[in-house]
Amino acid sequence: MKKSKLVMIGNGMAGVRTLEELLKIAPDLYDITVFGAEPHPNYNRILLSPVLAGEQTLDQIVLNDWAWYEDNHITLHVSKKVVSVDRVKRIVRAEDGTEAEYDRLLICTGSNPFILPLPGKDLKGVIAYRDIADTNAMIEAATQYKKAVVIGGGLLGLEAANGLMLRGMDVSVVHVMPTLMERQLDSVAGKLLQKSLEKRGLKFLMGAQTQDLQGGIGADEGRVTSIRFKDGTELATDLVVMAVGIRPNTQLAESMRLHCDKGIVVSDTMQTITDARIYSVGECAAHRGIAYGLVAPLFEQAKVAANHLAQFGIGRYTGSLTSTKLKVTGIDLFSAGQFMGGEGTEEIVMSDPFGGVYKKLVIKDDKLVGACLYGDTVDGSYYFKLLRDGRSVGEIREKLMFGESNIGDTGHEGHSKAATMPDSAEVCGCNGVNKGAICKAIKDKGLFTLDEVRKHTKAGASCGSCTGLVEQILMFSAGGDYSATPKLKAMCSCTDHGHQAVRDAIRKNKILTISAVYQFMEWRTPNGCASCRPAINYYVTSTWPKEAKDDPQSRYINERSHANIQKDGTYSVIPRMWGGETSASELRRIADVVDKYKIPTVKVTGGQRIDLLGVKKEDLQNVWKDIGMPSGHAYAKALRTVKTCVGNEWCRMGTQDSTQMGKDLERAMWRMYGPHKIKFAVSGCPRNCAESGIKDVGIIGVDSGWEMYIAGNGGIKTEVAHFFTKVKTAAEVLEYTGAFCELYRQEGWYLERTVHYVNRVGLEHVKKKILEDHEGRKALWEQLQFALDGEPDPWFDFKDASVDTRQFEKLSAI
Amino acid sequence: MSEWKKICLVSDIPMLGSRRVERAHGMDVALFRTDGDAVFALLDRCPHKGGPLSQGIVFGNSVACPMHNWTIGLAGGCASAPDVGCTPAFKVRMEGDAVHLNLQELATLAIDLTRPVAGPAGKQAACA
Repeated sequence: MKKSKLVMIGNGMAGVRTLEELLKIAPDLYDITVFGAEPHPNYNRILLSPVLAGEQTLDQIVLNDWAWYEDNHITLHVSKKVVSVDRVKRIVRAEDGTEAEYDRLLICTGSNPFILPLPGKDLKGVIAYRDIADTNAMIEAATQYKKAVVIGGGLLGLEAANGLMLRGMDVSVVHVMPTLMERQLDSVAGKLLQKSLEKRGLKFLMGAQTQDLQGGIGADEGRVTSIRFKDGTELATDLVVMAVGIRPNTQLAESMRLHCDKGIVVSDTMQTITDARIYSVGECAAHRGIAYGLVAPLFEQAKVAANHLAQFGIGRYTGSLTSTKLKVTGIDLFSAGQFMGGEGTEEIVMSDPFGGVYKKLVIKDDKLVGACLYGDTVDGSYYFKLLRDGRSVGEIREKLMFGESNIGDTGHEGHSKAATMPDSAEVCGCNGVNKGAICKAIKDKGLFTLDEVRKHTKAGASCGSCTGLVEQILMFSAGGDYSATPKLKAMCSCTDHGHQAVRDAIRKNKILTISAVYQFMEWRTPNGCASCRPAINYYVTSTWPKEAKDDPQSRYINERSHANIQKDGTYSVIPRMWGGETSASELRRIADVVDKYKIPTVKVTGGQRIDLLGVKKEDLQNVWKDIGMPSGHAYAKALRTVKTCVGNEWCRMGTQDSTQMGKDLERAMWRMYGPHKIKFAVSGCPRNCAESGIKDVGIIGVDSGWEMYIAGNGGIKTEVAHFFTKVKTAAEVLEYTGAFCELYRQEGWYLERTVHYVNRVGLEHVKKKILEDHEGRKALWEQLQFALDGEPDPWFDFKDASVDTRQFEKLSAI
Repeated sequence: MSEWKKICLVSDIPMLGSRRVERAHGMDVALFRTDGDAVFALLDRCPHKGGPLSQGIVFGNSVACPMHNWTIGLAGGCASAPDVGCTPAFKVRMEGDAVHLNLQELATLAIDLTRPVAGPAGKQAACA
């Protein structure tokens, strides 16, 4: 088959990323031709500031070298500016007459620096700050001249000023507004920034309006010598850098009669609305009225465009949330969202001008909607995550200002901090990845997203408890302008839909099978992957109990064989002991099984059970049969243990019969699958020997009844459960516990523990559904009982539990 | 003697699942069946830490190792990027619905590879 022709105009970061994504999924679909106006291969424009500051070299910021284009059979025309496109004949023409035909066209012309229309703007020594040529011109000027003026006190202007100063120039920044970076910082933070830049040696003229630029005479003929302001004052200079903003470069697009409004107008598939053959991504494109100037949204766009070009055509770009930081080493500032506040918002402010620290958090309807940090930005990524997740902060409000470590959202006791960590410090404990290795990968490989870091370094790829930390490192590494993320996180790479959308679709449209979900939601892969299939299997079976059929091949091996796989491929078996109580005959049977099947290790678990380790897969069926006890589900995303103390039957302190309560809870809810494992505990008195404060549901008996705690966690990071309510009778404990579990089963995302579920939806939501809505609570409890009624014990009802027993027998090749 | 031995029928392998095949020497061979009824055979050992691939989740033409979720291509036995490493792949011959493996390969290929040892036996081995 003849290949289609894809032509790309512009050789920048967004465009080349689109090609990379396209080559990944459809390497043979197109003959690709690229036109670039600059003489360089694709480089990392974000790192021009470090280059100017002398922290990196130009060679170091190349993202795709010449060989990359060659290896991928891409025809590359550099130093060739495209001047016209014939949309009827589908031909692209460059200035020098080079032509290329296209079937699909990708316009990535980026943006142009805005040049103030001042008299004298064309003098020598007056430049913008946009590309390598500008950067080189500044570096060059710094070797010959002394004085520089930067017009513009925004992000780019300050980075330019800082770079020129580090190269030995005497730099003044001219800004028309009263404070710096007014689009990213409020006035307090802007003034703090100005003060600390002044300490470093920069000079500022605030509220200054430039009238014209004046050239010299004699030897300086034609070169800028001074800048004059509206109030008549003058400032001598040898170099003027204009950094007053960028404008989407739509000149070519307009000449092609493509609709432009604040950029080339594109749809959610990144196709121009005028001509579906033509795509546009990057700073030149306007999506839903916004032209993004940060790298992460552009990469999201690239992914969608590539997906469409590859003819999958199901990805959609829906916009991004953005945040800002300044790449001037040693100055920490961060802002995101509605940091200026506004109607209906409340502000929490902490200000220490002497210490150079200022923080402002903006809250609306119990949710964080904006943040502006200066001087201490360690928690920037944490606030940004809260902002993006739209998570309720009502419960943590008082502590919010003190950051993630005080809330304990990161690591054990939360004392890990990306910025202050040495390079040798371990970040990912599962895969043994230290901070230095992550920073190196980010720099060397030009990584921008959490996913990329995970793929290249394995950090955060296992238990995920270090994800927050990796995000922080990404954010603070010079190479990673981790400044925005998609509003919605896709379930996995098979789809663009998030967990909630999938759950909603299954419920709303009564979808009963995994393949129907894939079809209905236009999955990219025929049978999903190891990450989405177990999730969707759970969603259909938990949403439609008794109707949807469980698919064993979509379960992890532990649930498929109803035992825990161990590192040598053997299994461990944990029989259920109701409420932790057992008997001589059960113990005798267990002991006999250990002897009969030569089980090497017997261990008591942290959840009051007996674990038989090292059982061969071939023996599993018989081990279950001989033990004759129900399945402990210790392998499953299901109710595992109900930990208990001895309670008032034996304990001299006990106020309630916690053992019986534990047994009742366990008998009522065993076989209950959930988004993740579920653990209960019941203590007979406030001494809480069963450690109920760190369980999904914890019950503490007191003299007058039972206290209930929910959403605790003793795992990856210790989370103390929230006090939920107090009830009088054992029947109420059952009903409230069951209702909470069912709510979690229905609303939780797969692999989301109760603590994360409750954090996401807010404790108020759970209280409303269970404490305030009596009918609703009873209904939830009934729904759970309906789902569990007649559920088989996988150890004894193979057929009903869809256990494929063929897996236990080996075939023979002898 | 025929070089090829009939092992089972396609229908003996669960769709999107696997079966283990025991051989005289060396580790088991895992047979995988895709949803298009293609059958592949790999040494039942992940190149990462030796996990039994037969116990993983099969999707597309890949299997995810049950130990640390590496994705292994069924056709060549190689890990998906950025992971690197391969596990030996065995030839499969289909005759109608019957799955055949090559006796010569079964007798010689990857005979010396082992799985990591767990438990008290492992400790003794390490001490001695």
